[in-house]
Amino acid sequence: MKKPLILIPAFNEAAKISSVIKSIQQTQNLNVDICVVDDGSTDQTYEIAEKSGVKVLRHILNRGLGAAIATGFEYAKNRNYGIVVTFDADGQHLASDIKRLINSLVDNKADVVIGSRLKNTMKMPILRNLINKLSNMATYLLFGVWTTDSQSGLRVFNRKALNLIKLRSERMEVSSEIFKEISRNKLKLVEEPIKPIYTKYSLNKGQKLSNASNVFWKLIINKFSSI
Amino acid sequence: MIIQILLSIFLIFAISRVVLQVKSARITWGSFLFWCGLFIFALFGVLDPRITTYVANILGIGRGADVVIYISIVLIFYMLFRLSIAIEDTRREISGLVRKIALRDDKKGIHKTTK
Repeated sequence: MKKPLILIPAFNEAAKISSVIKSIQQTQNLNVDICVVDDGSTDQTYEIAEKSGVKVLRHILNRGLGAAIATGFEYAKNRNYGIVVTFDADGQHLASDIKRLINSLVDNKADVVIGSRLKNTMKMPILRNLINKLSNMATYLLFGVWTTDSQSGLRVFNRKALNLIKLRSERMEVSSEIFKEISRNKLKLVEEPIKPIYTKYSLNKGQKLSNASNVFWKLIINKFSSI
Repeated sequence: MIIQILLSIFLIFAISRVVLQVKSARITWGSFLFWCGLFIFALFGVLDPRITTYVANILGIGRGADVVIYISIVLIFYMLFRLSIAIEDTRREISGLVRKIALRDDKKGIHKTTK
């Protein structure tokens, strides 16, 4: 059986990408392939990722998180991967959570497993918590799916989910769109607690409150767009 | 009135541009009918304001000019919405193209770092 694929969308993550890749490679009993999707970075993200010995796909223009994940999904489908894990490039996730989430997918016969930061007792920074709660509400209002962490970047998908999920969002609104696709395709969803690592760097990289209205508008457009 | 003459000249010019665009196949017949219809209706309204007053009376609005403004605002917002969707569709097409290039370059082994 083919190894799971860890998919890391990255934009200007030269400072962190090497340590993120190494953390996955050095995790005990974790036998996976890694694919970085460089989303038109203007720094050395591509070169550093390539030197780490992993597969790197490169967007010639920056298209956004959603587009990078969609490229990774396309690559995974072309290479017949049975399990794909999305993993943030900013060092927010623990590589040691990957195996547990994959096991949860298999044990629960789930199609999608979401790593939820809010299921963990560790407190989230207030602003990040607020953005998350607003996003959870928007996801529920627009797509009828309730989740404790709609913006989680640590997710596991099986082959069925990969084949059925059609991503149209370009940027960070993709996190909510994934739940829409889960609902539309009646996929089995399981949430597992994960332990996030909050640093000044990773908090700087994530969703911003000032972008909330833009993301919400994009999700509304998504519902009416023709393609 | 001078404003009627100026607006009429502009609207006739606009209609001529729409005709040229459909002749060179840069807009569809559907778009041609919509824009021509809009500009011709506006031209009639400008040349004979009693038309807008008549419409205003039917709709229960005070003045013909108010009808024109209300309808214009609704039309503009609708067109802005349609434009937003068209822009998003274009963005998606660009991303699709960037994706194809990324996967094609991967197959061909392009972007390999030289050591």
